[in-house]
Amino acid sequence: MTETITAVPYDEAIARYEPLIGLETHVELGTITKMFCGCPAAFGAEPNAAVCPVCLGLPGSLPVTNRSAIEYTIRIGLALNCSIASWCRFARKNYFYPDMPKDYQISQYDEPLCTDGWLDIVVDGIDFRVGIERVHMEEDTGKSLHVGGATGRIHGADYSLVDYNRSGIPLVEVVTKPVPGTGTLAPVVARAYVTELREVLRALGVSDVRMEEGSLRCDVNTSLAPRGASQWGTRTETKNVNSLRSVERAVRSEIERQAAVLDAGGRVIQETRHFHEESGLTTSGRSKEEAQDYRYFPEPDLVPVAPAAEWVEQLRATLPELPSARRARLQAEWGLSDLDMTALGNAGALDLVADTVTAGATPADARKWWLGELSRHANESGTELAALAVTPAQVARIAAIVASGALNDTLARQVLEGVLAGQGSPDEIVAARGLAVVSDDATLLAAIDAAIAAHQDVAAKIRNGKAAAAGALVGAVMKATRGQADAARVRELILERLGQAYPLRDP
Amino acid sequence: MDSELTRMTAAGIAALVAAGEVSAVEVAAAHLDRIEAVDERVHAFLHVAADSALRAARAIDDRRAAGQPLGPLAGVPLALKDVFTTTDMPTTCGSRILEGWRPPYDATVTGRLRRAGIVILGKANMDEFAMGSSTENSAFGPSRNPWDLSRVPGGSSGGSSAAVAAFEAPLAIGTDTGGSIRQPGAVTGIVGVKPTYGGSSRYGVVAFASSLDTPGPLARTVLDAALLHEAMSGHDPCDSTSVDAPVPPVVAAARQADVSGLRIGVVTELNGEGYQPGVITRFTEAVELLESMGAKVTEVSCPHFGYALPAYYLIAPSECSSNLARFDAMRYGLRVGDDGTRSAEEVMSLTRAAGFGAEVKRRIILGTYALSSGYYDAYYGKAQQVRTLITRDFEKAFEQVDVLVSPATPTTAFPIGERADDPMAMYLADLCTIPSNLAGNAAISVPCGLAPEDGLPVGLQVMAPVLADDRMYRVAAAVEAALGQRRGHPLLDEANGLGEARPGQEGRR
Repeated sequence: MTETITAVPYDEAIARYEPLIGLETHVELGTITKMFCGCPAAFGAEPNAAVCPVCLGLPGSLPVTNRSAIEYTIRIGLALNCSIASWCRFARKNYFYPDMPKDYQISQYDEPLCTDGWLDIVVDGIDFRVGIERVHMEEDTGKSLHVGGATGRIHGADYSLVDYNRSGIPLVEVVTKPVPGTGTLAPVVARAYVTELREVLRALGVSDVRMEEGSLRCDVNTSLAPRGASQWGTRTETKNVNSLRSVERAVRSEIERQAAVLDAGGRVIQETRHFHEESGLTTSGRSKEEAQDYRYFPEPDLVPVAPAAEWVEQLRATLPELPSARRARLQAEWGLSDLDMTALGNAGALDLVADTVTAGATPADARKWWLGELSRHANESGTELAALAVTPAQVARIAAIVASGALNDTLARQVLEGVLAGQGSPDEIVAARGLAVVSDDATLLAAIDAAIAAHQDVAAKIRNGKAAAAGALVGAVMKATRGQADAARVRELILERLGQAYPLRDP
Repeated sequence: MDSELTRMTAAGIAALVAAGEVSAVEVAAAHLDRIEAVDERVHAFLHVAADSALRAARAIDDRRAAGQPLGPLAGVPLALKDVFTTTDMPTTCGSRILEGWRPPYDATVTGRLRRAGIVILGKANMDEFAMGSSTENSAFGPSRNPWDLSRVPGGSSGGSSAAVAAFEAPLAIGTDTGGSIRQPGAVTGIVGVKPTYGGSSRYGVVAFASSLDTPGPLARTVLDAALLHEAMSGHDPCDSTSVDAPVPPVVAAARQADVSGLRIGVVTELNGEGYQPGVITRFTEAVELLESMGAKVTEVSCPHFGYALPAYYLIAPSECSSNLARFDAMRYGLRVGDDGTRSAEEVMSLTRAAGFGAEVKRRIILGTYALSSGYYDAYYGKAQQVRTLITRDFEKAFEQVDVLVSPATPTTAFPIGERADDPMAMYLADLCTIPSNLAGNAAISVPCGLAPEDGLPVGLQVMAPVLADDRMYRVAAAVEAALGQRRGHPLLDEANGLGEARPGQEGRR
């Protein structure tokens, strides 16, 4: 059994084998209504509340194509540099399953709406152009809930429930061409592709692209060939890959598993495999040999989709700025290095920083807050930056208060803690906690004199011209004032006091 | 009075109701009485909705009493083929698998009939899922031909044709996928119309073959058929394949009944060998009649029509194999074997084995095979190419002539049981009608007399280009008028299956 084979360590696997990856991404479109009926396409209604004769597949009902779904698909195709078909059809994919009310799915087969495009990504400073084979439309199925049994799967369940709310929600499937030449970066390239695709979809506003809610779902194809071989290996298709991290892990896991199979002289079976979040491993699903014959044929209930060339051009002209172009523009505007931009991207902070800048912060301040203090918080609480309970506008406000001199960084961090703890807006927290920089020189001088008295040795060094030593005294004063002093002013006063002053300001 | 009401045309009934000379309730009651009296023998209906029919009729009378305008068919009763969904009646499609199913929505056509004030008497019998030419494939037993109760009334809309021919309803609605309105119309001596594909909505018509299914009217006169045609037709946003164009002026054409100067083509390929001699006799006479009325008749060859039947028996089963997949016991209809030990797949399988009849299974298997990977190109793909060639035959023919004519069926009504075990013989009943389904153009069958050898009705088929439905009504109405004048009484007066013929005159034609 291939299942019991011990995986080959990743580096060894890559040393002997060349991976080839491909991705199929299902995207639930954010249209108001479903693909072929007028039911709401929103997530989260009571089970079987958003249904009608059409999406329940009742006898006699007929589908009518949602024009918005076609428009969204064309926009996706254009953003992915695809050709848009001037005429194409839907097809029926026939198979029996209880959550598919018609026992066929309306999809597209040999006549997809968008074909032959690409999406550029950068991984570790290396450019990859991921070819897009096709972008096609289809309808989602209902959702089965298997009750009883240990696994939550159909086998062993006491009974099953089906919710057809999802039935007929418009889906777009984006299929890449095989991506060669990724080598050891294959898992990261896969992840970077899905990340970038998600950014593109988000920029287009065509989907809420939430992997955890299933509005973006990924199937990952992986194959291995011995290095130098003239033919690609047999691929597997890993399903149920529901996070960006899982995309990377699934490819990695399949490379390690397939390498072990090949090392043992076995052959990789063309099959569907399931990815398991907990273990990071894949297990066998149904194999291609026993796969169904879907008996595709053109959907006779629908007329062909024939988008007018003028409409397509109008959609092309009104595409929003795409993420790569936007990144290039922001990088230039902010004056950041490639490395800085990559760091922002990896941290998922680009939009947050951009929004913070828009709200009035300097790019440097915005970047500092999000990559520094806020990233630390996100890491500690195990959430994403965007999920933190602080808005870019609030971050910008904090930065503005600091810039005005009313707060120093230490106090600003306290304000941020308050915002994250849900205690109110930055200004409310400043007011409530009475946070303000102590700028009353008399108060400061008392603290400074106390610090000098307590650290005579340091004071001596400063008197001897070693101004750099002032830091220790500043620290002591800050501590004494519980951080509420303006550190720059404290330093100024210390130097003045110890005879090293130079006029910073006119009296 | 009551029996006279059932003998009247739809137009005549509507006029009386509109004038207040008879109430819609009286009309409905007369027809319900007639059903009560004869349907045990005819078996045209699977479900008679007496209460809701009387309720609908009373609403018409109330509207008239309130001085509200009534449509041209208000108060006229109708038999609705049991393939249209109805919220107030079961919809079985003649199948056990849907026995007892009460749809939660009305078909578009059902809704239009109701809004037109047409009184739906009940649901008419049919071959299971409209697959057949005799109603013998109905899970609930065959309907019988009012001309001879031992013979079939045609099919699949045989309940509809039998109801109209037996005076149980002046109007009926059927669906025509390969001839399922025209063939039953022809063999029962009434008018049957397949409108242009997409001219009438399929929404709420339980699908057999989506690219072919066409709802249409059956009636005892061409004008009645035209009135119903207009009432039921028109663009439907719920059916993507519905034509977004005005309904052709079929009522005006039926009243015009004039063929002078019209170019009529006799299809070479729909004639000759394999046709019953009496059918050819009456057809030839009808063509001569048209010529005598000023039509210019020529012979036109449609060389690919010979391949229509095999192409149809690949395309229709392919589509049906997919359309009928949804009858899986999960959401509605029959469920077999759900005893807590079996998987969903097993229940699906047991239900379909028990719920579908032999012909339906045959076509599902045929279609599944034709669509299978490795066979698709040779079967479904090739059949679609043939379909294109047949469409081109029509296009070329209609460059030369305004309408085409042929016999509607190769034979008159055959005896019940004769072809039940011989699918090929059964399929041949649709030989003449199938080409227009494949091409999507309009076609009508109008009675053109009785075959001398068996005294059974013969239908003349008139085929018109897509969306030129009015042309065929002109021709059919002209034939009807001329033959009626010659005969001196309605053809159906000679029907004697129920032992009540009243020819009164000599000379069966």
